[in-house]
Amino acid sequence: MSENGSALGIVFEDVSKFYGDVLGVNRVNLSIPPGITSLVGPNGSGKTTLMNLITGLVRPTRGRISVLGIAPDQPEELFRVLGYCTQFDSFPRGMTGYQFVDSFLRLFGYPRPHARDLAEQAIERVGLADSAGRKIAGYSKGMRQRIKLAQAICHNPSVLVLDEPLNGLDPLIRAETIALFRSLAGEGRHLLISSHVLHEVDVISDQVVLLTSGYVVAEGKIHSVRDEIQEHPMQILIRCNNPAELASQVFQRDCAAVEARIHNDGMGLLVKTRDADRFYLMLNHIAQNGINIESVAPADDDVLSVYEYLVGTGESTK
Amino acid sequence: MSEASWRLWSSQIWAILRLELRKTLLARRGLWIYLLAFAPALIFAGHSIIQMKTGRTCDIGDDTHVYAGVFQLFFIRLSIFFGCVGIFMNLFRGEVLDKSLHYYFLAPVKREVLVVGKFLSGLLASMAIFGTSTVLSFFALYWHFDSNVRQEYFYHGHGLEHLAVYLGVTLLACIGYGGVFLAAGVLFRNPLYPTVIVLVWEAISGFVPETLQHFSVIFYLKSLCPVAVPASVLMGNGGKGSPFALLAVNPTPAAAATAVLGLLILFTALVVFTGRQVRRMEIDYGTD
Repeated sequence: MSENGSALGIVFEDVSKFYGDVLGVNRVNLSIPPGITSLVGPNGSGKTTLMNLITGLVRPTRGRISVLGIAPDQPEELFRVLGYCTQFDSFPRGMTGYQFVDSFLRLFGYPRPHARDLAEQAIERVGLADSAGRKIAGYSKGMRQRIKLAQAICHNPSVLVLDEPLNGLDPLIRAETIALFRSLAGEGRHLLISSHVLHEVDVISDQVVLLTSGYVVAEGKIHSVRDEIQEHPMQILIRCNNPAELASQVFQRDCAAVEARIHNDGMGLLVKTRDADRFYLMLNHIAQNGINIESVAPADDDVLSVYEYLVGTGESTK
Repeated sequence: MSEASWRLWSSQIWAILRLELRKTLLARRGLWIYLLAFAPALIFAGHSIIQMKTGRTCDIGDDTHVYAGVFQLFFIRLSIFFGCVGIFMNLFRGEVLDKSLHYYFLAPVKREVLVVGKFLSGLLASMAIFGTSTVLSFFALYWHFDSNVRQEYFYHGHGLEHLAVYLGVTLLACIGYGGVFLAAGVLFRNPLYPTVIVLVWEAISGFVPETLQHFSVIFYLKSLCPVAVPASVLMGNGGKGSPFALLAVNPTPAAAATAVLGLLILFTALVVFTGRQVRRMEIDYGTD
């Protein structure tokens, strides 16, 4: 990957996509840096459309997209630097896992020995070496997911687009796959991952793009996105030995708190404030006056809370 | 174009050929194409066996006309026609139905190269099937003749020359109908419409003005066939009133060079058109 290309990242400029009269995405302006970026939104929010636009599987009705400076309508250049693990759970008939990856690499024009080495490395990396000789038709859902991932990473692309890549994986493989994503991101690659499972996104992402009904409602690092939501007071959980006394002091000292509630387990206080900086400052004074504070942590700057504030839906956005 | 580009494209086309031939030649769902292709060979072999068992002899000239009739009326118009529907129409459409076309679209392959690779795979598969059938049916028909008569016809008469021309016509038929149905497979979701439209057009093309005849594949193929089909061969009553007789008639045949060139121009136009369509193609499995 060139320095220049890397700096360009994945760029959407005023991109809209309509399927006839149906809106796919509308007026999307994004610049996605290296690292792991999660596309978050319920089914039909436009996540897959954005991914298909990046990879040229569909074309924008309006606007311009570039991936490391390459337009998606130049597949011969684009797919040298980009790998896409789609959500389609279908495969060419009769192939083994190894043949699936190897035949894809042969389409790049790689000679047989080089293709074989790359295929074996990719299959090893997703933990399918033992099953590579078996027909894909006999694979479990998780194995099919992983062989698709192997195909997406086999040519060492700088940009990886992964549509719901953790679907169907058991917890152990899921953890290994997330570690693989981290390792790939650590190598300076762009990883764009879609998910509708919000708690999963918190674990994976460096930054998020929140989508609903085809519109980007927020983007950036999740904590920064949370800070920008003014209409919902920030929730802070303070673990301490005397939450009732703490609540009393919070209101006596004008800590900018709008609400305080003793945590269900009785060992903490949940405070809502519109001025977190001021609250933290005053909390230092309170801590010096005999209340033993064990920990202070934001309680609603995860993707789930942010998504609920912005879109008004529940846990899994599905 | 640089030499490196050609080298890359040729290696990509080989990769596509390997993938496609495995799918086309070994597919169980293509069994009907084999039956259609080898039906003449089976019928001729049956005819030869009966002749040998009964000790009856045929006139080699009559059998040459029978072969010409079967080749023009059944083999080209039905076997190759529908075989090409099954093979070429599914090169893209079949992948859309299987939801596997995106794997090609996610590789660094120019879409035009993909079209050429897929077409060549279809051509190789169809020639392997119909070329073999042409040869087998030819030898099966003359099998029951005395070996001296056979040798005389094959080597000193027009036998092998006719076979070579029939093979050439088979190749051109696969190219022509392959091009038509490759394009149709990209344009139409339902294969029935283009199949019926082309079938009817090919049937009536002999009766339309000469200029329009140049837009049919059968016009060129009929012009190239080495033996004209006499009406008497088509029906036992001398062919009077037979609709088949009309299908075999070619009142204004094109010269051989014109016919080959015309077919290749028609084919090139169709492949270029398909390339442009595939370049604009989007993956939208949901609506199929």
